[in-house]
Amino acid sequence: MSSPSATPTKDDILCAAWSEDALTPPSRRRRTDDASTSDLQPMPTSPVTDMRSPAVQDTSLFSSPAPFSHLSDTIDMSSPLTYGTPSSRVEGTPRSGLRGTPVRQRPDLGSVRKARQVDLHSDHANGPEAPASEHSVGQKLVIWGTDVNVGTCKEKFQRFLQRFIDPSSTDDENAGLDLNEPLYMQKLEEINVVGDPVLNVNCEHLQSFDADLYRQLIAYPQEVIPTFDMAVNELFFERFPDSVIEHQIQVRPYNALKTRNMRNLNPEDIDQLITISGMVIRTSQLIPEMQEAFFRCQVCAFSTRVEVDRGRIAEPAVCRNCNTTHSMALIHNRSIFSDKQMIKLQESPEDMPAGQTPHTTVVYAHNDLVDKVQPGDRVNITGIYRAVPIRLNPRQSNVKSVYKTHIDAIHFRKTHEKRLHGLDEEAEEKLFTEERVRTLRELAAKPDVYERLSSALAPSIYEHEDIKKGILLQLFGGTRKDFSQTGRGGFRAEINILLCGDPGTSKSQLLQYVYNLVPRGQYTSGKGSSAVGLTAYVMKDPETRQLVLQTGALVLSDNGICCIDEFDKMSDSTRSVLHEVMEQQTLSIAKAGIICQLNARTSVLAAANPVESQWNPKKTTIENIQLPHTLLSRFDLIFLMLDPQDEAYDRRLAHHLVSLYYQSEEQLEEEFLDMAMLKDYVAYARSYIEPRLSEEASQALIKAYVDMRKIGSGRGMVSAYPRQLESLIRLAEAHAKVRFSDKVETIDVEEAKRLHREALKQSATDPRTGFVDISILTTGMSATARKRKEELAQALKRLIQSKGKVPTMKYQQLFDDLRAQSDVAITKDMFEEALQALTDEDYLTVTGKTVRLL
Amino acid sequence: STQFYKWLNHLMSLHVQTKPSNCSPDWETKVLEYFKEKLKDNEAASWVPSLNDVPVHYLKANSLVKFRCFIQDMFDPEFYMGVYETVDPSSKSKVLRSGKYKDVAECGHQVDLNTKNAVTLERQTFYCVPIPGESPWVKEISFSYSCSNPARVVPSTSYAPCRHKRSYEEDEDMETQPHKQKEQLGTTDIHGSGDPKRLETEAPSSLSNAASGCSSPLDLNFPLPGEKGPACLVKVYEEWELFKVNDILEVYGILSVDPVLSVISEDKDSSLVDPMDCTESVEEQRVHCPPASLVPRLHMLYAHRLQHNNPLLPPAASEGQSSSGFLNDVVSVRGELLGYLTHVLLGDALAAEYLILHLISTVYARRDVLPLGKFTLNLSGCPHNSTYTEQLYRVIQQLIPSSFRLGMSLHNMNNLRLVPRKDYTANRLLSGVLQLAPNTSLFLDETQLEQGQLDSTGVRNITALGNLISWQKVDYDFNYHQMEFPCNINVLIASEGKSLLPCDCHVRLQPQLAPPNLEQYISTIQVSLSPSLLNKFRIYLSLLRTLDYSISEEVTKAVEDDFVEMRKDDPQSISAEDLHRLLVVARLLSLSVGHTTLSRDRWMRAKHLETLRTNRTEQQKCVNGNEP
Repeated sequence: MSSPSATPTKDDILCAAWSEDALTPPSRRRRTDDASTSDLQPMPTSPVTDMRSPAVQDTSLFSSPAPFSHLSDTIDMSSPLTYGTPSSRVEGTPRSGLRGTPVRQRPDLGSVRKARQVDLHSDHANGPEAPASEHSVGQKLVIWGTDVNVGTCKEKFQRFLQRFIDPSSTDDENAGLDLNEPLYMQKLEEINVVGDPVLNVNCEHLQSFDADLYRQLIAYPQEVIPTFDMAVNELFFERFPDSVIEHQIQVRPYNALKTRNMRNLNPEDIDQLITISGMVIRTSQLIPEMQEAFFRCQVCAFSTRVEVDRGRIAEPAVCRNCNTTHSMALIHNRSIFSDKQMIKLQESPEDMPAGQTPHTTVVYAHNDLVDKVQPGDRVNITGIYRAVPIRLNPRQSNVKSVYKTHIDAIHFRKTHEKRLHGLDEEAEEKLFTEERVRTLRELAAKPDVYERLSSALAPSIYEHEDIKKGILLQLFGGTRKDFSQTGRGGFRAEINILLCGDPGTSKSQLLQYVYNLVPRGQYTSGKGSSAVGLTAYVMKDPETRQLVLQTGALVLSDNGICCIDEFDKMSDSTRSVLHEVMEQQTLSIAKAGIICQLNARTSVLAAANPVESQWNPKKTTIENIQLPHTLLSRFDLIFLMLDPQDEAYDRRLAHHLVSLYYQSEEQLEEEFLDMAMLKDYVAYARSYIEPRLSEEASQALIKAYVDMRKIGSGRGMVSAYPRQLESLIRLAEAHAKVRFSDKVETIDVEEAKRLHREALKQSATDPRTGFVDISILTTGMSATARKRKEELAQALKRLIQSKGKVPTMKYQQLFDDLRAQSDVAITKDMFEEALQALTDEDYLTVTGKTVRLL
Repeated sequence: STQFYKWLNHLMSLHVQTKPSNCSPDWETKVLEYFKEKLKDNEAASWVPSLNDVPVHYLKANSLVKFRCFIQDMFDPEFYMGVYETVDPSSKSKVLRSGKYKDVAECGHQVDLNTKNAVTLERQTFYCVPIPGESPWVKEISFSYSCSNPARVVPSTSYAPCRHKRSYEEDEDMETQPHKQKEQLGTTDIHGSGDPKRLETEAPSSLSNAASGCSSPLDLNFPLPGEKGPACLVKVYEEWELFKVNDILEVYGILSVDPVLSVISEDKDSSLVDPMDCTESVEEQRVHCPPASLVPRLHMLYAHRLQHNNPLLPPAASEGQSSSGFLNDVVSVRGELLGYLTHVLLGDALAAEYLILHLISTVYARRDVLPLGKFTLNLSGCPHNSTYTEQLYRVIQQLIPSSFRLGMSLHNMNNLRLVPRKDYTANRLLSGVLQLAPNTSLFLDETQLEQGQLDSTGVRNITALGNLISWQKVDYDFNYHQMEFPCNINVLIASEGKSLLPCDCHVRLQPQLAPPNLEQYISTIQVSLSPSLLNKFRIYLSLLRTLDYSISEEVTKAVEDDFVEMRKDDPQSISAEDLHRLLVVARLLSLSVGHTTLSRDRWMRAKHLETLRTNRTEQQKCVNGNEP
């Protein structure tokens, strides 16, 4: 406090002027540049820099030449800067109320707060009361360089807190709050109860309530957020004067609409409040950052505190008490440190344009935000974008003409949080412009939208209309229902499809297409993947030596589609994993001491080749692909992709292929648009449309199911099981989604029935009888085949009985006799099956080449 | 012309040092326009010294240079001082300066960062390396072009473009001279020839990366092992969204080799390191701020994307004046080439025919996920344990501007990094063998594969090769996710039996001759080829790739009829896949004689070729039962 006029006014310091006329704020300030100037100046470590000692600097902060003491209780107290200096910290308990509650520093807001270094020891008690005096002159005060008036700003924010109501809120942050009461007041109550002194404010709310305040927040977060802090604390302690919380409430705005994508960040965003999304790729160790240094004179033991100023501590050169030079020594364990962590954020893969590499940004997390996120997390970060020049050499004045940029994080929001908690919502809310929604709705209103979309699916693959329709319905999926109340648990909404057929019928191509179309698709090949690769495995992290659970394809495609090629080549153990996933939609893991159940609400689109290189039309599906029927019955639709071998088809196919080879670029371009449209259409329907069964539709479904059961019962076989009914419901719901309809109607059921029948006709037809027989898929054997087996066993029994009382007989002899007796050809397999059946009856045993009666 | 170059340089230096306040705002754009106009003139462009030919330390700092390169990685955009103000400490006079095309703000004066006039601008950095797998002849010819220009400027007096006097201080790493390249020709394909010493010194560049400490020499991150040449940080000032990773460019820009740039990395160890300055790890520093002597900075004024890197052709294929003339004798060149390749393939004319088709194939379009026009050839029946495949590659390398031979030995498969991977510690994309420029030929030598176990890397590598062949895409590994990069790489597989990798077309080699000494035989054929004819072959192969192609209504109809007819007789005889292949063969066959539409004759010829080929495979099946 010795020489009030020494250093020239620093630009970066906030000042208040008496009238707006006197000071027109420049529209844009370059605070970062300012900071750098002083950065470039040598560190004040020697007595030469005496003049720069903090005490000296302090007094020069104010443009007004008036003596400091006079100013302090008017202007300074109204500025947000005075609020929350460490010196206002009251050491010791008990504490309550605004004055009693200590202030936690906000390093996330940067150096500005450190700029005011007014010694408030004498008058800090007046601090919080300042608004009273401020109201009289309030309208004329603005923070230098901005158009922010502290008083108005505070008032506006308090009004916002007290009055803002959002009845239509679907935000998960507001869970459990009464939506018709002021939202943020309820949150304050919550703080009072829970004691977590952080108030998250959705910027969207603020924008709808007071656009101007929102603009100020975005443009001058460094000044406005402390003002908000002050406002909320006043309000809080007014309402709950006896509340005891750890430190004063901090306001954390989130969801600023300014910038969404890392790629769009540009120099204009510097020092503004931004929200970007991305993926955390690296986090540093915790860095203790000194906030306040504690010095003690080694001669007289006089102690003093020095606050950090833009990353520097100005060491006092002279002891103020005894005037000894160089006697002040830093006492580490009485200094105050805050936590800091460097986080590398990478652009999310969806935001990346094709052919470019992802951008990364450095984010600094402070205090309790440290260790909030882990590498691999998808997060939305709200923070202040900063740029700092790089010094080439601390001893030279050379400046590399490049800035280093980073974001000081104020708020993290994990986008995957919901996924982990298994809420029934799409994890990513894809944003659609109104215009886009209108186009989508227009498209949905067209009567032939279903056909249009299915033909837009994989146009390079010819025909297979029904298969494409099936896949289209799979993309949309059914409605998710929750029966956990009644003990059944979730009800699968995902539709699983199996394609089987001759090699070279573009199955893989379809899979590739789907994989490219859906946002969270995974593509694996049965040959290359093990159970571990599909599910999850435990890995030792090379850096931290911690065990980490790494998720595989099925978990990664949660809420997406997992495309599995060469399904038949998959090992049995791998396939067994799919049983749980395809019906329960979960994945249980017990490995290396980690026992958990992960969500795997994934649709499976699989492709299988017949065991013989060509599809054998004389055999059933099961026999052709040799997959366990338990697994097959979990597929809603099983399609055969066969070569139809018909002339008209050949001609159309040839035309289609030839046209591929000379189509112009524009036509290709057109199709690409269709794919983008299809993507949006699917995403929109998935997140916004939840069709429910109408009464008529329910009746139609019941009728359909009963009909299906009837078909078989006439011939003594079952042709439908409850699983088939569930499939029908899913398909009907998906079809309603295609129409953007909230109700499942009869036409949806009709189409579901048709498609289901088509698929069955292809895959569940008994080649021996030509009838559709669902038991092929559910038990692995057609009813006729089972009947035949039984008959043969009985015939064999009769044959043996006719031979009289012979204890043993020759295997080959018996086989020949049976063949001679029978009028149908009997293969060795059939004979053995019959023997086996009799063995099971305990009628005989087979040892080697002899058959022994029991 | 010397004058011209000097003038250009002068202009640029003027531009760099301009005080923006003194001139109209569009002054800069005007200069750039004028400059681009000048460079369109081929001759003017050849006056500009090229980083590909001249070692960096012979080039004057802040002069205009060009660089033919490949975008290997893109760094984060950076903000720089677009306009700043300096204050002369003595006179206190303020001067506005432009920070464009510079790395370091003007020294000597105090920089005033607080002024209202300062403007922050954004620019993007690309990490560029010479085109991977560029054949020695390409380097040689483009070098000789710049040398042959009589008016060629010697940018620095100490440097004479004489190839045999190399100054002793010449940096090995900066070596770009074709002469040297020629010497190394024998060892370029290290994995094939198996020169163990080379393998030790060069191959590790792809293996030991971030793991190795700071003491190791800087890894310049070339996609292919054993590559040489300058890597460059290219600063792009406008329209950087137009460029993509793996593009090949010719960049005109201002060279910046300010030694101050390197100071950063050295000073890092000193005590003056800012403790707060923890944004970048040491590895990241090394990658993003390498010493300027090793990795010069190039401030881009103008760049164009190259469709090919064949110096014998004009850079843009659309400028086809010379090509139309060439098309007249396409048929004769094709005949010669067929004869030449037949000799090389030991008298097998059918295989030679297919090899030509393969060499002119390119992915010309994509229909959703399906790449059209790719023609992967599997040449089976190559003798095991002989140098034949190597000889064959040597011949192809002589014809194609860029290529790489990958010996598919177990060791290579299990240890090489084929797919580029993001290294988050150093924050860069670690290159892999499959990060190649469009139209590069990849020669897979399966004869080197022996029995044994593939580990997980090996399986991943084989899968990556399979994906490359089937979908023409490479999934770059970003650790937390994969990113798909479409590519356009011609894959030729030489194997003993049918390859384990998928392929579009499989030709069994049927040698008609059995020369006692293969090596000698091939080199005799090569020597007897006249250089002018060789150049014609080179033009032929590059040019035909760029032609457009169409099928008339009439022929479409005929093809359809044909297909239906064939299916009628025997549905098994031809599948949709076969028709796909037949259409590609027909397309390539037409193009190979310079026809841009399909004629009936060509269609019949394509069918004939396919029949010959399949018959041969059938025969082989009978002879050798176990081959599928």
